[in-house]
Amino acid sequence: MKQLRVLQAAITMGLLMFVISCSEDDAGNAGDNFDRGAMLANWADNIIVPGYETYVSDLDDLKTAITSFTSSPSSNTLEGARAAWYDANVAWQHVAMFEIGKAEELTLINFTNIYPTNTSDMIQTIESGNYDLTSVNRQDEQGFPAIEYLLYSVENTDQAIIDLYLQETATKPYATYLNDLVTRLESLAQSVLEDWQNGYRETFVNNDGSDATASVNKLTNDYIFYYEKHLRAGKVGIPAGVFSSDKQASKAEGLYSGRSKELFLEGLAAMQDFFNGKSPISDLAVEGEGLKTYLDFVNSISQGEDIATLINAQFVVVREQVESLSDNFSTQVESDNGLMLQTYDELQKNVPYLKVDMLQALNIRVDFVDADGD
Amino acid sequence: MSLFELPYFAKTSKAAPLAVFRIFFGLMMLISIIRFWSYGWINKLYIEPTFFFSYYGLEWVQPLGSYTYILFIICGLAAIGVAIGFKYRVSTITFFLSFTYIELMDKTTYLNHYYFISLLSFLMIFLPADGYFSWDARKHSKPMIPRWSIDAIKLLLGIVYFYAGLAKLNSDWLVKAMPLKIWLPGRYDVPVLGNFLHQEWVIYAFSWGGALYDLSIPFLLLWKRTRTFAFASVVIFHVLTRVLFPIGMFPYIMIVSALIFFDAKLHEKILSAISKILKWRPVEASLENIKSPKWKLNLLSAFFIIQLFMPWRHLAYPGELFWTEEGFRFSWRVMLIEKAGYANFKIVDHTNNEKFYIDNTDFLTSFQEKQMATQPDFILEYAHYLRDHFAHQGKEVSVYVESYVALNGRRSQPYIDPTVDLAKCNESFRYKNWILPFTDEIKGI
Repeated sequence: MKQLRVLQAAITMGLLMFVISCSEDDAGNAGDNFDRGAMLANWADNIIVPGYETYVSDLDDLKTAITSFTSSPSSNTLEGARAAWYDANVAWQHVAMFEIGKAEELTLINFTNIYPTNTSDMIQTIESGNYDLTSVNRQDEQGFPAIEYLLYSVENTDQAIIDLYLQETATKPYATYLNDLVTRLESLAQSVLEDWQNGYRETFVNNDGSDATASVNKLTNDYIFYYEKHLRAGKVGIPAGVFSSDKQASKAEGLYSGRSKELFLEGLAAMQDFFNGKSPISDLAVEGEGLKTYLDFVNSISQGEDIATLINAQFVVVREQVESLSDNFSTQVESDNGLMLQTYDELQKNVPYLKVDMLQALNIRVDFVDADGD
Repeated sequence: MSLFELPYFAKTSKAAPLAVFRIFFGLMMLISIIRFWSYGWINKLYIEPTFFFSYYGLEWVQPLGSYTYILFIICGLAAIGVAIGFKYRVSTITFFLSFTYIELMDKTTYLNHYYFISLLSFLMIFLPADGYFSWDARKHSKPMIPRWSIDAIKLLLGIVYFYAGLAKLNSDWLVKAMPLKIWLPGRYDVPVLGNFLHQEWVIYAFSWGGALYDLSIPFLLLWKRTRTFAFASVVIFHVLTRVLFPIGMFPYIMIVSALIFFDAKLHEKILSAISKILKWRPVEASLENIKSPKWKLNLLSAFFIIQLFMPWRHLAYPGELFWTEEGFRFSWRVMLIEKAGYANFKIVDHTNNEKFYIDNTDFLTSFQEKQMATQPDFILEYAHYLRDHFAHQGKEVSVYVESYVALNGRRSQPYIDPTVDLAKCNESFRYKNWILPFTDEIKGI
């Protein structure tokens, strides 16, 4: 009988432990543990939301510039529109990697920066005068690359471009289309920013668990996905022909403005800053809570390799490599693709660091399935 | 005199422990099946993927499309049959076959505990667990069974624990407390406990405690004076593992299984409680003489000899076991390694000399990709799949892989020889000389 009672006690204790441990109750963090909530708050409050604020306000400037260009086309207003296009695009490079929440729901990136633009389809769409920019079939006829084409290359000379917008007709509604593109960009960005401001920020910061769907895991996976798919492949690998039999110079970003390098460097800087938890709004915060401090923390436990330093060093190598490229990656591919391929190789070196070493160190899960780490 | 004429094999014991084991085992399996289904895993793991990783020689075992659901229904019904002892032989055989078939469909989902279930259900086919407190024996319940039939289950449990403990006797586990140093701090969100899981002494306590537990628990359960204490540790240990790691039903199965070590008195209490609930009591038959057929004892002896040697087969392969994983599965190596990998496949098309890279997400699920990137046999099978995929398009291709693996917190290093055309390598039980050597050393068993 005594045996039975001890047995009962053991089972009760076990069940109790289980119930306690499975309860949703948040116990807070012990003093010396890494504070993921603080990291998420830094990401949201100092990087993501300010990033979208800048982006929306730059889009607003772009809208003004485009309006004044289309209402009175001249070389002056054209230059103004082009400069505003570049500034907004730079702001975009700093938020493009945050494909989470509303941005994920809208597939923001697919409506904002798909290149190359399908110019012949777009011209057809414009001249038909009948289009639905929310359709997935129109993704390669809108966004920054489409606006870029309409401001830089829709005609052969600047004067011809200005003339085109001067001769706005019902069968050639280029000015209308250009304005519609900016309006669409702005309304998309606006709805993402508003979502962050009206509750999503709290959802994001409070979801500080370790499940595959928790914020840290999800945004880190998004971050790596963006690095691989967009920074590495889209901006460099694809035009250099890494994924095809031939080089594809016409698939470079910034093809018409010739500003691929600047856009790439902005994207690269944004990715490194996010890694270091550095805020774009404050020069004081050189480094905030982020992937680097998190890696440093787990590293202090495991005494393993200093992965954060490796990753940062590789970011620097990439930047130095890119400095040697010409402003227009399309030209670079044509003149000396070897340098482009070298850039790709340097970008590639950070993939295993991020995807293997960092994900392992941070114990980030890809999926919810039973696994015993065999 | 043959071995089986020893007095031990004539000994009998009460049938209640085995009957309780049968009931709980059947119920646990039923719950496992329902749980698996309710998470949508049948669809996610066995229907959605376009490609499945097979065990060498068992490539014919494939999911059955939407009929896979029927397979799970059969398995669940068989589990009910086992629990209530309805047509026991048919039920156990059906359960063993359907469960094992499910596990063989895609080795991505391999778990040591699934393997344990397959072995246990195979063993149960030959045990007289249906003679007492069952539907089959409702009119002639036999209260006594051969003693070896209970000991066989204890032996299998003992092997699982003890080998799992032996496998932990290596420098990564004991000296570096790896991979727990990666896993435990990652569970910071477990209430209360989570606040301590990043502290070094806690992590070392878990790793040494775990090894000690695995090695000693079979003996502590066997010895009457430590049994209750041992069972309490079983409960605590497995509940902890359940809370900390995503290992599903396994902890509960082990807790329930460990009851087999107790005296029949406890099991009779459990059965009488069940009797009360069901308001049903089987009719007991008079004691018959209990004989164990020789073929059965021979077969089970062979089974256990295989079990004892199976975990040592890695000794036949050169290189670090944790790195190559040749002889890793089916050896009770549980929770030993944290591996992360990256495998970038390059296709060279000889028909037009094109070169291009594969986007793995075109062919694999994220779970499959994760498992594939760290295990050479997966990498090879996938490379062959890619080769055949392009062959269907009329292309003759070479398949190369650029891959990196990080093991237990070490920095990632190249894994597979990138100059080897995997399309031309064959799968076999021989060692794979295209796995690049591990640059560190892990000492131990």
